Amino acid sequence: MIDTNDPLVRFIGVQKSYDGEILVVKDFNLDIARGEFLTMLGPSGSGKTTCLMMLAGFEPTTHGDIMLDGKPINNVAPHKRGIGMVFQNYALFPHMSVAENLAFPLEVRGMGKAETEEKVNRALDMVQLGGFGHRRPAQLSGGQQQRVAVARALVFDPQLVLMDEPLGALDKQLREQMQYEIKHIHERLGVTVVYVTHDQSEALTMSNRIAVFEDGIVQQLAAPADLYEKPDNAFVAQFIGENNRLNGIVKEISDDTATVELDSGDMVTAVRINVSQVGERSTLSLRPERVQVNADSTDFNNIFDATVRELIYLGDHIRTRVNVCGNDEFIIKVPNSSNVAHMSEGETIKIGWKTNDCRALDFYEGL
Amino acid sequence: MAVTATTPTADDIMLDASGMPLKQALAIAERNKRRKALIMALPLLAFILVSFIFPIIQMLFRSIDNPAIHDNIPNLSREIQDWDERAIPDEALFAILADDLRAAGKLKNQGKVATRLNYDITGSRSMITQTARKLKKKTEGPYKDWFIGLNEKWGEMRTWVALKKASQKYTASFYLNSIDMRYSETGKIVAQPEERQIYLTLFWRTFYISIAITLICVFLAYPISFLMATLPVRTSNMLMILVLLPFWTSLLVRTTSWIVLLQTQGTLNDLMVYFGFIDDENRIQMIYNMTGTIVAMSHILLPFMVLPLYSVMKTIPPSYMRAARSLGANQAYAFYKIYLPLTIPGVAAGSILVFILSVGYYITPALVGGRTGQLISNFIAFHMQKSLNWGLAAALGGVLLAAILLIYLAYNRIIGIDKMKMG
Ligand SMILES: Nc1ncnc2c1ncn2[C@@H]1O[C@H](COP(=O)(O)OP(=O)(O)OP(=O)(O)O)[C@@H](O)[C@H]1O
Ligand SMILES: [Mg+2]
Repeated sequence: MIDTNDPLVRFIGVQKSYDGEILVVKDFNLDIARGEFLTMLGPSGSGKTTCLMMLAGFEPTTHGDIMLDGKPINNVAPHKRGIGMVFQNYALFPHMSVAENLAFPLEVRGMGKAETEEKVNRALDMVQLGGFGHRRPAQLSGGQQQRVAVARALVFDPQLVLMDEPLGALDKQLREQMQYEIKHIHERLGVTVVYVTHDQSEALTMSNRIAVFEDGIVQQLAAPADLYEKPDNAFVAQFIGENNRLNGIVKEISDDTATVELDSGDMVTAVRINVSQVGERSTLSLRPERVQVNADSTDFNNIFDATVRELIYLGDHIRTRVNVCGNDEFIIKVPNSSNVAHMSEGETIKIGWKTNDCRALDFYEGL
Repeated sequence: MAVTATTPTADDIMLDASGMPLKQALAIAERNKRRKALIMALPLLAFILVSFIFPIIQMLFRSIDNPAIHDNIPNLSREIQDWDERAIPDEALFAILADDLRAAGKLKNQGKVATRLNYDITGSRSMITQTARKLKKKTEGPYKDWFIGLNEKWGEMRTWVALKKASQKYTASFYLNSIDMRYSETGKIVAQPEERQIYLTLFWRTFYISIAITLICVFLAYPISFLMATLPVRTSNMLMILVLLPFWTSLLVRTTSWIVLLQTQGTLNDLMVYFGFIDDENRIQMIYNMTGTIVAMSHILLPFMVLPLYSVMKTIPPSYMRAARSLGANQAYAFYKIYLPLTIPGVAAGSILVFILSVGYYITPALVGGRTGQLISNFIAFHMQKSLNWGLAAALGGVLLAAILLIYLAYNRIIGIDKMKMG
């Protein structure tokens, strides 16, 4: 579905500094395909908003080019870029009614009264707010304001819509509902969406592709499933989803596996991703749901004794913290099915995982 | 089963825990809250009552109060009201006047009567004092011919018409005076003679100078407030200090600087001559006239415009303008459609503040206003301090108060006082 050969937006070697001392965006390269839902995900302060603002035209780039539809837009004024935008605080004009807010971009473009009205009504119906046109933004709930903001960014049929943490101010339930609504609108209209969030589950739910940001650099650009299952480096593995880390030194290396001697002395074989030579330090990444309790050696080639430290009952699964290979924070998700043996704290159990589920990545220094 | 009852029955009334109807319980709770609020506001209420409301009422009373003749020659003041104004009064009224004047003379009150009558008929002061003096010797009537013989004005109708009007306990003549009207010799309301019409011109001048000052303040304050609201804190604090500077400088220093700058031999004129904009002979008079008043007052009142504007602009997030730009509006259109309407409450608050303050301003026009820059409050002060015509001063103040209340009401109708933000 995504055709990256003819991208709508291209960031080419973009750098940004606000103060002339620190590069907030270091070397940003990204192609955004037509019609895709691309999410920029990253910790706070990683430069997501800055990139969005440069694309919208509210911040100049310090270096590099941004191309829209094949043309550089560095010198195009924001109002001529034709990019819809949804702001974190919605930025609905408080002195105008909902309908007037939606009509604003159409009036600017000199559209006739009748056509404007029709488009406004259609946009309101799209976000299920038909009949709310006469209200002021202050008379709407947070979720309704959010929908108006989305409708306003779409009403003038832009080919590109930017959303900067649009759901940040909503409660969890409403946020999830809005995620689906925005997703459906995107699918129906086929508009290209660039979405910013630091909520990973939101990113995984909504996106075609996710660009994981750290330190002003894209760490990995991939579809949600790939990002979760096949992280390219230790930062992405740590940032997306829950992750067990084991640190060690590479002892043996082949084309697609690596054997690592952990700091505790245990030997683990893992998929070789991001290690290049024997003797290098590496971080192994392992998802908690890929660890098997009471594993037998026919299926699992990495089997270790673990001591149960803590059991947390979560309904569908039991979150189990164990000590294994010298790591006291090792998490296992044990499904709550009838054939799972009862465990108790302090007990020693056998756990195992497959080589394929364990990835040898670059050494991760963070906590 | 059909439901017919729509009015609440006894069962519908909500009861609170102790069985009291909920409405009643709420009312009691609210009443206690109000009482507490009232007690807290009481000291301020008392203070305002004593220092503000009461003096205003007293002043308004003074503008219609007319005791000088009524209290000092009481019998005549009562009897003359029955006089039909067709012919000079008869002997009986002259006799009452004689007795009253003699009594007033003993208490040395004849001067007050004379001064009061003199407001209405110029030259009548000496007539009263002279008559009162002579009356000490003449103890018996008939009086009528004696009075007229003493001063022929006693034989004129206008003297008696004026005396009848002036001896009423309450009078509208101060108010008439304050809008350039008066009672004619026949007791009708007519315009003052041309050369004595000054107050309407003054009210009008006060009004348009205040408007001019308000406009200048809006014009100067809007951009600076915008800068202050958008620039980094450190720079905006600097600007704020500059804006508040006139508040912190003493009035005399401030005024003297304006004089140094603006006078004909002052800095500004010197510079303009030096750069050849004007000839040395044609130096511009910029102080001790209306220009001086407007310049100095705009300077002083500017903070009252900046502060409400700034506080309103501070609350407008930059994302509004950005949203407008992203929706396709250029800078000017986005400003006109989004930013400007959102700042109107600030403009309105600042304008009404500056306007009302300048309408009542007194000290600056007195110092730098010269003859053409005087405002109505300068004349109120004049009547309070120099001419001692407190009645007229009170009436002028009353007219001013009414005018401001009217403007305020109109403002409330058009813009709505609840929309106004003071900061
Ligand atoms: N106007 C500005 N002037 C100076 N520095 C700025 C400005 N805006 C952002 N920065 C800095 O740039 C860096 C990146 O900021 P940015 O807003 O892009 O982060 P973000 O990824 O959007 O974070 P968040 O998830 O918290 O919104 C931060 O360190 C921030 O302090
Ligand atoms: Mg941000």
